[in-house]
Amino acid sequence: MARKSTPFADEALVAGAPWIDALRGDALACYREQGLPTARSEAWKFTNLRRLERIAFAPSPAKGTPVAEIPDGIAALDGAYRAVFVNGRFDAAQSRLGDLPKGVEIGSLAAVDPDLLEPYLGRIADTQVHPLAALNTAYMADGLYMKLADNAVLDAPLHLISIASAGETAQRFHPRHLVVLGENATATLVESHVGAGETFSNTVLEADLGVSAMLNHYKLQNEAPDAFHIAFSQIRLADRASYDGFVLQTGARLARNEVRVQLGDRVECRLNGAYLGRGDQHIDNTTFIDHTAPNSTSREVYKGVLDDRARGVFQGKILVRKDAQKTNGHQLNKTLLLSRGTEMDSKPELEIYADDVKCGHGATTGELEEDALFYLRARGIASAEARAMLVAAFLSDAVAEIQAEQPRAAFQAVVDQWLDATEASTR
Amino acid sequence: MPLLEINGLHATVDGKPILNGIDLVIEAGEVHAIMGPNGSGKSTLAYVLAGREGYEVTAGEIRYDGKDLLEMAADERARAGLFLAFQYPVEIPGVAGTTFLKAALNAIRGHRGESPLDAMQFLKFVREKAGALNITDDMLRRSLNVGFSGGEKKRNEALQMAVLEPKMAILDETDSGLDIDALKLVASGVNALRAPDRSLLVITHYQRLLDYIVPDYVHILADGRIVRSGDKLLAVELEEKGYGAFVGAKAA
Amino acid sequence: MAVTSETLAQVKSVTEDGYKHGFVTDIEMERTAKGLSEDTVRFISARKNEPEWLLEWRLKAYRHWLTMPEPQWAKVSFPPIDYQDSYYFAAPKSDSDKPKSLDEVDPKLLETYAKLGIPLLEQEMLAGVAVDAVFDSVSVATTYKKKLGEMGIIFCSFSEAVQEHPELVRQYLGSVVPYADNKHATLNSAVFTDGSFVYIPKGVRCPMELSTYFRINAENTGQFERTLIIADAGSYVSYLEGCTAPQRDEHQLHAAVVELIALDDAEIKYSTVQNWYPGDEEGRGGIYNFVTKRGACRGRNSKIAWTQVETGSAITWKYPSCLLIGDNSVGEFYSVAITANRQQADTGTKMIHIGRNTTSTIISKGIAAGRADQTYRGQVKIMASAEGARNFTQCDSLLIGDQCGAHTVPYIETHNPTARVEHEATTSRISDDQLFYCMQRGLSAEEAVSVIVNGFCKEVMRTLPMEFAVEAQKLIGISLEGSVG
Ligand SMILES: Nc1ncnc2c1ncn2[C@@H]1O[C@H](COP(=O)(O)OP(=O)(O)OP(=O)(O)O)[C@@H](O)[C@H]1O
Ligand SMILES: [Mg+2]
Repeated sequence: MARKSTPFADEALVAGAPWIDALRGDALACYREQGLPTARSEAWKFTNLRRLERIAFAPSPAKGTPVAEIPDGIAALDGAYRAVFVNGRFDAAQSRLGDLPKGVEIGSLAAVDPDLLEPYLGRIADTQVHPLAALNTAYMADGLYMKLADNAVLDAPLHLISIASAGETAQRFHPRHLVVLGENATATLVESHVGAGETFSNTVLEADLGVSAMLNHYKLQNEAPDAFHIAFSQIRLADRASYDGFVLQTGARLARNEVRVQLGDRVECRLNGAYLGRGDQHIDNTTFIDHTAPNSTSREVYKGVLDDRARGVFQGKILVRKDAQKTNGHQLNKTLLLSRGTEMDSKPELEIYADDVKCGHGATTGELEEDALFYLRARGIASAEARAMLVAAFLSDAVAEIQAEQPRAAFQAVVDQWLDATEASTR
Repeated sequence: MPLLEINGLHATVDGKPILNGIDLVIEAGEVHAIMGPNGSGKSTLAYVLAGREGYEVTAGEIRYDGKDLLEMAADERARAGLFLAFQYPVEIPGVAGTTFLKAALNAIRGHRGESPLDAMQFLKFVREKAGALNITDDMLRRSLNVGFSGGEKKRNEALQMAVLEPKMAILDETDSGLDIDALKLVASGVNALRAPDRSLLVITHYQRLLDYIVPDYVHILADGRIVRSGDKLLAVELEEKGYGAFVGAKAA
Repeated sequence: MAVTSETLAQVKSVTEDGYKHGFVTDIEMERTAKGLSEDTVRFISARKNEPEWLLEWRLKAYRHWLTMPEPQWAKVSFPPIDYQDSYYFAAPKSDSDKPKSLDEVDPKLLETYAKLGIPLLEQEMLAGVAVDAVFDSVSVATTYKKKLGEMGIIFCSFSEAVQEHPELVRQYLGSVVPYADNKHATLNSAVFTDGSFVYIPKGVRCPMELSTYFRINAENTGQFERTLIIADAGSYVSYLEGCTAPQRDEHQLHAAVVELIALDDAEIKYSTVQNWYPGDEEGRGGIYNFVTKRGACRGRNSKIAWTQVETGSAITWKYPSCLLIGDNSVGEFYSVAITANRQQADTGTKMIHIGRNTTSTIISKGIAAGRADQTYRGQVKIMASAEGARNFTQCDSLLIGDQCGAHTVPYIETHNPTARVEHEATTSRISDDQLFYCMQRGLSAEEAVSVIVNGFCKEVMRTLPMEFAVEAQKLIGISLEGSVG
């Protein structure tokens, strides 16, 4: 029979409010029951966590480790509010959260009265489907708390900067973020994940959008070459809410970003992303779009470029439940493989129980289109340059899915840097 | 007994009233034309006659060939000789034009108590009609209407009408999208069908079609009502003055 | 309720007296004891007078089978199968057990035969009526067999091949679907009773479609059928399996294995129309069709094309696959699957690209109606060695009614940057516009659905051999009867 392994579960649980204690206890039991996912589990078929187990990650100290300055690699967002977390702990000194508009609360989750969290925390995410998310629930200590009252508007993006930092000893930590938007509230949240050293960040984000609320949510995962990044976000969208999501993954040794979205009636959901892999990186994007009510639209485009021996994984599932008539669901995954040794595993999946729907998906993997290359070369452009242009165009198309202008430009800059480095290495 | 008799017809689509009391009598052998501004309800009337779902009759009655038309399902009406040439013919991928037409023809023949045509007889019959409309074998073989140009679709509708030989044909803007030569071909195809026991209801925006298919009566439809009826000269008058003169300030 | 208890009751009523316990290899016996054991396997092998190596192979499979869990990943649900509550070998029924004439056959079945236009004699054969006269089809088959023999083509029952061509069987049996492949295939390896064997010699183009329909002893190949087709270098064969008429069978569990081998420049076209009994409207009864079909394109420029029209069975679990080993080899999979009432189907293909410049095409059309569930599950795997490989996949699903489900689960794994893989899928329902257009031309709602669905399936249907295509088209309409309105 399968060997079950349950590393990282040796810490004592922190005691707190009784309901949180119960939540932690159940979550730990759930993790111990399932163990660290293996390739035998359908959801982890293509992402192997054995390497994670071999490293002696120590729990990050409760006091936190303030940093002198913000490392490179974050998205450039001038004028944004800033919430900085180092190994999952709020760093007030680096954060900039003065003068928040009326009806907006942003700060450290650890500082919030547990009674206020009870309706949300651990109630939005289905952490039992993801053993590491359950582990997060058991050991969560701090993270972002962001709450907008009905009709509140966040006037500038909030930039969540997560710094994963380790020196001699490898560090593990479990950031836990909670985002609650009241009816009609509007906000833009940008996450930048950066760091240095051997780290294992195991993040969970829960977001709850009220009726007609709007959230732009863009995430840049740009952690250090020795980092392991496991993230699980679940977003609940009430009727007529709209969500524009984008995940750009380019960092870490091994990364898995899983997003689950639940859609109410007449919801507009955009769930897009890009991945850039080189060296021995393993980058996994897993998404689950759950149409629970009629008349909603979801659009999903994930594009990636893999170089060297990098491996990419895309698993995207669209579920249309029985009552979700008039659903429109569209999903696309495209990957460019730049060199021998790369590997892409793609599993776009449709599960549909309502008949009056329009759903489709597509996936392509391969080299650049010969036709396009030829066209450029026929116009006198040298081969290497033509390639670079086409790869850049391929990724710009993906980034263009981001609806908000400033984050789009910031993410485009990260992509451009990556491309420059690729080009430099091929010369 | 008239072939078609519409009395006080009111109809709604998605709860929105579109037809607001239509009275129309068409005797066997007559050609009626309906003209009217965009959105006045011409296609709606055609769909109600053909029995399309979603078009709810809220008042009035329609008698066709002595029967209560509203009691009949769409395919029953078709088999009873009521034909609609669609304003926007529908594409059906994978179904060859000939396959479709053969199924339709044999369904209708069966209803008339005639034996089904075999493949050879059918092909001969269709080729003859298709030739007259300048429809190539290639078009017949291709998937129904898929990738056809606007004009090709309309000619294909005319072909189906010629093959199915309906008693009551409704042509919903069959002329729009046709080039001049095709317009003449289609018109002569329609005229060839004219017979003492057949009636036509021609919906059009252009007087020109009526030069070729000369109507006995012309009706102007506005806001879901027939606001004016006359002979073919009414169409000429309309061409000169526009709808404004007939439907008041409300018309577009 | 154990899945086979109904079957059991039927069989029991016939054999109550003749039932014996604890036999070993009494080859005079007509039936094994209920249940599965090494003795059952030995009995079958002895009964068929098989060589020692084949018995050993069966036993290896049986022992391995004992250790295997049931496959769980398919999206189908049914009560656990009680393998001990079943008979694994029965000689063909004697005439006295069979219906005496068509008058004794379920009128519903006859109605369907009539709609499909199946000749009377064939109706009798399909319904399992005892007929004294030699079938036309049998004599036809004998004539053909002679002609094929002259060309060096071997086309016979599997049992016959074991006796007459043991060296070929030994060389290829299990070489594409190993005995330990999956639970169902392993069971088949242990207890298969009969099936077809085809060998096409070098450079020979088989002049006719080979069909199980014309095979002598076609009757009662049983629930564990085994087919092996070898196309030697430069040869071509088209093979037809099944027929459009609904087939009844007293066994609920069917676990067939089909192995195809194409050598250099050889081509095999394998077409299936599957219309086993699907159970009644509530899903009672009906066949479990758990089939392992796999072809190996071993030679350069070889080609294997699978076409299937699946309308029957309560549960279908089937993934005709291609191993594209030879450079430039080609794999194709064309599928129409229709599920209505409470039918469940989890079907698709695997295309494993190993050789250089290998190409595969997958066209799958799924139609779900009533309360049926249907899943396309397909894997396209490009190995690092498959320089320049190409795959194109198109999966479309059509839903009829709001109680059914359609699912698409592709696995696309690419290990070579020069390969190009494209996958596209859509799910929608029959458009109201199309339905109305057809009905305005005089077609009834059912005819309209049939026409539209046939159009939807066109790309697949046109790959069927002519004699199958026309019947298969009618079958599509018949399968969906009662699903509209
Ligand atoms: N499903 C629907 N829901 C709401 N309104 C509809 C619907 N279908 C049609 N209508 C409206 O009904 C009115 C009549 O439409 P109809 O197609 O009958 O016009 P028409 O006279 O044929 O116009 P045209 O000359 O442009 O073809 C229009 O205002 C149209 O927008
Ligand atoms: Mg109109």
